[in-house]
Amino acid sequence: MKAHLSRRYHFSASHRLHTEAYDAARNAAVFGKCNNPHGHGHNYTVQVTVSGQVDATTGMVCDLATLDAFAEANILKRFQLTNLNTLDCFSDKVSTTENLTSEIYRIFQSFTKAHVERIHVEETSNNSFDFFDGLIPMHQTI
Amino acid sequence: MIFLTRKAEFSAAHFYWVDAWSQEENERVFGGCANRNGHGHNYTLEVTVAGDVDPVSGFVVDLKELKEIIEREVISVYDHRHLNLEVPEFKTSIPTTENIAIAIWKRLNGKIPHARLHRIRVYEMPDLFADFYGEP
Repeated sequence: MKAHLSRRYHFSASHRLHTEAYDAARNAAVFGKCNNPHGHGHNYTVQVTVSGQVDATTGMVCDLATLDAFAEANILKRFQLTNLNTLDCFSDKVSTTENLTSEIYRIFQSFTKAHVERIHVEETSNNSFDFFDGLIPMHQTI
Repeated sequence: MIFLTRKAEFSAAHFYWVDAWSQEENERVFGGCANRNGHGHNYTLEVTVAGDVDPVSGFVVDLKELKEIIEREVISVYDHRHLNLEVPEFKTSIPTTENIAIAIWKRLNGKIPHARLHRIRVYEMPDLFADFYGEP
């Protein structure tokens, strides 16, 4: 039977929303306080949902230790206690959480032990962002 | 169509073990979870049902009735129990979060009047949960 397994990871990072394509006034107007030149930070939560057949012997969709090790090596080590704007992936993109979510989804494409259905990133308890594989399945909207 | 979700909690012990494997193999695959003395969690169960709102009562399902069904079918069987040793479905399957979600689906499916079971979500801890939608 097919089940979905979700795991949440946490890291803290700073960023500044700013683009060279806009002048200072427009950056300030578009990004508001997130354009503060000194940056600011968040405690980010990354929720990864993988899916697959539950293995008849182990009872698992995928080995959790393998998923944790992948996230540790490829997500937490990369983003934990960094300034997102200094990272290569944001050299030509604004470090919005939309772009961060897409980047984390891209990184998880090299996880081969289960199908990655969804990346959900919470920037604060009031803001969250989702990247789905293809169309949003109706059942995942709740 | 409205989706309605009811939560419930239970606390239980479990361990992960495959009899056909050696102790070394069990420990390699399951790590600390293979300790046969067991360990435990506070589980949170979310039962989501789907249905149309009754034009008179305004309910998809009577929440009190849903609570009683969850209590009777799941909580009274799982709460403060050792899942491997005391819950029949885990004599033949390992009580992983995935299998617990599937087992709870089987316990509840078809027993909720006026609504269709949509999703079983089981949190083993706040950062780990499994969803089952009845998919083969």
